[in-house]
Amino acid sequence: MSSHSTCGFRQRGLKGWETVERYFDSTFGAAQNPLRHLGAIGFLALWLLVASGVVLYALFDTSVNGAWQSVNDLASLPLGVGRLLRGMHRYAADLLALVVILHVLREWLHGHAYGARRFHWLTGVPALVLCFVGAIGGFWLAWDQLSQYSALSTAEWLDALPLLASPLARNFLSSATFNDRMFSLFIFVHVGVPLLLLFSLWFHIQRLAHVAMLPPRRLLLGVILTLSLLALARPVISHEPAVLGQVPAELRLDWLLLWLHPLTDATSRGFTLALAAGAVLILLALPFLSRAPRAPAAVVDTENCSGCTWCFVDCPYAAVIMVPHPDRRPGRLLAQVDTDLCTSCGICAGACPSSTPFRAASQLVTGIDMPHLRIDTLRRNLRAQLATSPVERPIVVFSCQHGASPANLPGHDPSVHVLLCAGQLPPSFVDYALTNGAAGVLVAACCDGGCEFRLGERWMAQRLTRQREPGLRARVPLERLQLVFAAPGDDDLLGKALHELRERLRAMSSSVSMNTDEIVH
Amino acid sequence: MKSSTEPIKASTLRSGSAGPAKWLGQFFLYGLFALFIAVFAHWPPYHPIGEGEALIKVSVARLGQPVGECRRLTEEELAELPPNMRDPVRCPRERSPLSMEVHVNDARMLERVAQPGGLSKDGAAAIYERLVVPAGEHRISVRFNDDVRPGAKVYEHESSVALVPGQVLVIDFDADNDGIVLQ
Repeated sequence: MSSHSTCGFRQRGLKGWETVERYFDSTFGAAQNPLRHLGAIGFLALWLLVASGVVLYALFDTSVNGAWQSVNDLASLPLGVGRLLRGMHRYAADLLALVVILHVLREWLHGHAYGARRFHWLTGVPALVLCFVGAIGGFWLAWDQLSQYSALSTAEWLDALPLLASPLARNFLSSATFNDRMFSLFIFVHVGVPLLLLFSLWFHIQRLAHVAMLPPRRLLLGVILTLSLLALARPVISHEPAVLGQVPAELRLDWLLLWLHPLTDATSRGFTLALAAGAVLILLALPFLSRAPRAPAAVVDTENCSGCTWCFVDCPYAAVIMVPHPDRRPGRLLAQVDTDLCTSCGICAGACPSSTPFRAASQLVTGIDMPHLRIDTLRRNLRAQLATSPVERPIVVFSCQHGASPANLPGHDPSVHVLLCAGQLPPSFVDYALTNGAAGVLVAACCDGGCEFRLGERWMAQRLTRQREPGLRARVPLERLQLVFAAPGDDDLLGKALHELRERLRAMSSSVSMNTDEIVH
Repeated sequence: MKSSTEPIKASTLRSGSAGPAKWLGQFFLYGLFALFIAVFAHWPPYHPIGEGEALIKVSVARLGQPVGECRRLTEEELAELPPNMRDPVRCPRERSPLSMEVHVNDARMLERVAQPGGLSKDGAAAIYERLVVPAGEHRISVRFNDDVRPGAKVYEHESSVALVPGQVLVIDFDADNDGIVLQ
């Protein structure tokens, strides 16, 4: 498949995904939309697994002869605690598998396998594998018929690889050949592999700043409550104890985690080995298949960087570090950009205090800037559009290029400026626009939690509401400012926000025309 | 979004408070998620083996016999070797492959030759196969050989077994117990 057709396929998939996301937005609210917190829900599932797993392990008999009884006895613990713990442990694993796959799909659809985010993609692939390995290993510990089937299937599957002189499956020939030593291996797989998973997740989020390790509170409570009710309503019950001389007649298989076994039975070990290896290789190769040119990284201007660290704090990808300034003045710092990590969002330029358009220099050079959309270019475009607007006092629209499209905004008064990210907007541009003839300013960002660059919409809103540096100046008449959080496809919302601002501006002025195509004074 | 400056108007498509419709929608989606997990974590039931079938596992793992006889080096050959390597007997390092045939009711169900492992073919060889057969009475005959030298012994075993549905019959090789073992 060519990269062009792959891209077209991805774009169609993305449109479908965004449609589903919008439905979830309307139900959960954008900020609580589970589809925008898949990674954080995955972490929640992992914490639930760890917490329930620690208690279960304390109650578990780690011997072949005692394991089944100890797991089965959980059902008789008072107040349904055992059922809750076991159900929570199993269903959290199902949840983890589900959200991890959705997370991979979403990131791929958004094109996040490429460029600076290649690192996160590549470190996520082993985590995906470890999720399934650890989960499958968990089924073996109950040592019931399902454990026997899964452990033996896995052993036979691995034996298709020329790894061991003696087949692993020979350990399951009879009760005489199966001993506690093998059970220690099971425990290693189910405890050791999740530890490796935690380690790999540390790498996965290593190059991110401000990482959410848990979803928003309402979503967190919703997930925990759902899993708890599920654990009590549909308890996880052991099969009969494992008997190695007998093939289980019927199994209540967990198809979300154990699908590989029946697929192997239906095809062959070679087929599923090739399938698994091929899937992993394709996932690992994806970041290298894109021929799209990489957007240029942010650049620091030594003369204009004051070493304030605001860009360092705000960069969502930890691409900015602070180093001693070359002028060697004690304590003075200089921002430095790691080009490998920079996603070209421009949030750093929006954070830079020198990105103010009020500076007198004819060419505005900021401490940190984006080569493909400089702050100076923004100022020039703003000045030019204010000067040539068909209306006397236009409404300036600063719009994120990843959010709703401003192309079809109604009326002649909008003066649209598209940004790399809403976070690229220095708040002083709002002041500058109003001071230089704009009737009002509309700032359009992606929906809450839906920023292409993770944090741009949040930082922008906090700056404009003076909760974050650089904040909007106190002199700015806030009633002339409107924020809108509109995801791609929410073009109507953008139009509605513009209408609201127009109405407010109209109400503020008695001399205002009632025709939206005319001047708003 | 928290706002410390009220006059700024923030518009979001879903910024209104959660009404009954939204609560119902969330309830529905959480329920759908729970239903999905509840169903596919247990259903549909899986049958690893057909009803009325049994399983024969053929599993042998052992070191085959050397491919040739050991021989005593001549005085001249020994003299050519360094003093610390003058072992008077030299044996071939390579091991014989394992070969096995299984017939069930006179029908050949398995014929397999397993090569020894290792770059020098001096490692163990292994055979592991699953044969699904109908439950009931079967006449099973097994031939096994782990020695390619001329005149080497071929192990043979023939017996009748009655297999109940789901039963696992293991065919193994144990040199200490007269060779082929059915258990």
